[in-house]
Amino acid sequence: MTEILQVAPDREELVLNMGPHHPSTHGVLRFVVHTDGEIMRKAVPDVGYLHRGLEKIAELQTYPGYMPYTDRINYLEAMFCNMAYATAVEKLLGTEIPPRAEILRVIACELNRIASHHITLGCITMDLGAFTPFVYLLREREKINDLMEALCGNRLTFNYMRIGGVSQDVDDKWLKQLETFLDHFEPVIDEFDKLISYNEILVKRMAEVAVICAEDAVGFGLVGPNLRASGVDWDVRRDLPYGAYPQMAFQVPVGIGEKGVVGDCFDRFIVRVEEMRQSCKIIRQCLSNLPEGDIKAKVPKMLKPPAGEVYSCVEGARGEMGVYLVSDGTTSPYRLKWRTGSFAGLSIIEHISRGLMIADLVAVIATLDVIAPEMDR
Amino acid sequence: MSPIIERGPEGSFAVGPIDGLLNLARKHSLWYLLFGTACCAIELMQTGGPRTDADRFGMVFRSTPRQADVLVLAGTITYKMASRIRLLYDQMAEPKYVIAMGSCANTGGLFQNSYAVVKGGDLFLPVDVYIPGCPPRPESLCEGLMLIQQKMEREPWLKKAWGKYKSDKEDPMPTEGCDPLR
Amino acid sequence: MTPKEICGKLADKLGLVLDFKEEAGDPWASIPTDKWQQACRIAREEPELSLDFLRSLCGVDRPDDGEIEIVVHLFSYKHRHAFVMHTKTDRAAPRLESVSGIWPAAIWHERETFDLFGVDFPGNPDLRRILLPDDWVGHPLLKDYEEQESYRGIPTTRPGYEKKPFGPRLKKAKPVPKKEEQ
Repeated sequence: MTEILQVAPDREELVLNMGPHHPSTHGVLRFVVHTDGEIMRKAVPDVGYLHRGLEKIAELQTYPGYMPYTDRINYLEAMFCNMAYATAVEKLLGTEIPPRAEILRVIACELNRIASHHITLGCITMDLGAFTPFVYLLREREKINDLMEALCGNRLTFNYMRIGGVSQDVDDKWLKQLETFLDHFEPVIDEFDKLISYNEILVKRMAEVAVICAEDAVGFGLVGPNLRASGVDWDVRRDLPYGAYPQMAFQVPVGIGEKGVVGDCFDRFIVRVEEMRQSCKIIRQCLSNLPEGDIKAKVPKMLKPPAGEVYSCVEGARGEMGVYLVSDGTTSPYRLKWRTGSFAGLSIIEHISRGLMIADLVAVIATLDVIAPEMDR
Repeated sequence: MSPIIERGPEGSFAVGPIDGLLNLARKHSLWYLLFGTACCAIELMQTGGPRTDADRFGMVFRSTPRQADVLVLAGTITYKMASRIRLLYDQMAEPKYVIAMGSCANTGGLFQNSYAVVKGGDLFLPVDVYIPGCPPRPESLCEGLMLIQQKMEREPWLKKAWGKYKSDKEDPMPTEGCDPLR
Repeated sequence: MTPKEICGKLADKLGLVLDFKEEAGDPWASIPTDKWQQACRIAREEPELSLDFLRSLCGVDRPDDGEIEIVVHLFSYKHRHAFVMHTKTDRAAPRLESVSGIWPAAIWHERETFDLFGVDFPGNPDLRRILLPDDWVGHPLLKDYEEQESYRGIPTTRPGYEKKPFGPRLKKAKPVPKKEEQ
């Protein structure tokens, strides 16, 4: 538990450099930390170490040819990035997706959400000093990687979705493997809770640290689990439904200040654990009503959407992942902009870092779940 | 140059040139730097994870370059990051090795059209092993690390001047690195 | 409220007639540049609109019209409606009043637009490059951007390969060989 202590203005300031290579920064981030001893005056983030120019590349590629690049926007939730791009182009084209493809998309996305939360929760606990949960979660993640490999051939950057549907169909064997995984995994979340979630040291390090109130969260553009942990009950899957989500019944966990104040680090942690349970529930519902049919709608080979612009978003593991696509009637996009959750998540750190200790900065970066490629694109 | 290891009733002993014995010890304790920029970093973490356990080869990750032997360039390298990576490489103590993991570190990968991506790690670092893949499987990364082990076996320690070992790779940026401010 | 109603309400408050475009995809309203900050403030503070979530603020380069368009996507959690606003700035000397006082999220979005397009935002408390290195020359997302030869000693093309053209990709259909009927 930390109190925001008064920092005397006449004390000397020490400027520390944290990153871009640092064991606890997620990906390549750099912070210039102005401290007075252990207490920070401010932590200024310096980003752009993984800026690969993916938005400019879009103007040089065709619409279907850009799909592999979308995986690299956020490699931990590649399915959501694929889906955001595919839904944007489909909105412009006005295509109808076959129902089987919609359900397959939801299964792939929810599996990917679980896999992404594994890394997030593992990294949170690892940064706070507990190495064991990270290794346990990596073991579970290997099972999801096996499923994904059987589905689409790649463990990490899937390139599974296509404009109009998905690329590979599933058979009964894969569905059986998925069911075995779910039967195995749901007790593991309870085991994880017992092992680490309510551990006294973890709670003391995360409760009441870096409280983000709802007004700040909305003003700075936070989305996803960060926003829900601050008390704002908003989920794109439920409130602006897309795909097959209208048929699914699930709950949206919102932070209630269980161990401290609403919007602290512990809320951001526990919201993600609960989301994994809800994802399992959604996948089970998908398994029980998977219709037969095509997996891809017919789209022309040379895709030329009509001139116009569209914004479409999906609820990724890190929040609302949106694509703003401007088309001018040719085979390449005219402008493509990605709206990601980590960009906003990092911009709030300078605002909330005053008065925290350096060790708390680590907890804040970890629980806000910032990941470098999503921020830099 | 590998030593011959024999196990007899009175104990085991290894016979070989001093180089071979030293390299036997070195290659089974290859510490890699915990560094990764992009997607390949996740596969690097999974290689250190439970299934493909890099620890059984004696490879543990170290966070500081001063204690590391191998720099695994896992992920895309951007111009902004390149000078920092060169700084990390310069801080590592000899003998040191560099593995370019994945297409992006080999040649720039699928980002050939990008303005901000360095087209290959070997434009500013001397690379020993190139591992193809996007991302390479953990087994491929293990194979790459084993190739480094084989390379280590062949290194002639004592033939070089005593106390000074300089690797005979071509360094593309020998003195100043890629930052003119240094 | 539908976007058309929101546009009507905004037009009433501003006292102007706003251009409302409805092409394929999302409709958008065009705001004159001198009323930009006022329009944004009304969009945020008017209780019936209450567009408190700035989804994105980005630029679109239109060299044919000689302007850079700034596009803002807004959303309201309370009323659950979305709205898109466009405004145009001169391409030769682009500048637009900053809206970072209205939505704090705009600080970083405007920094990114400055970095990639060169648009100046007077009023932004922290306008400097964010994604590219501080000594980078040029603004990459402009349509006529030319890549440098090398950055701090690292060549931008791989030696032995020819430089890829950086303009828009023109796909020419392969000519079908004429079958001569005999």
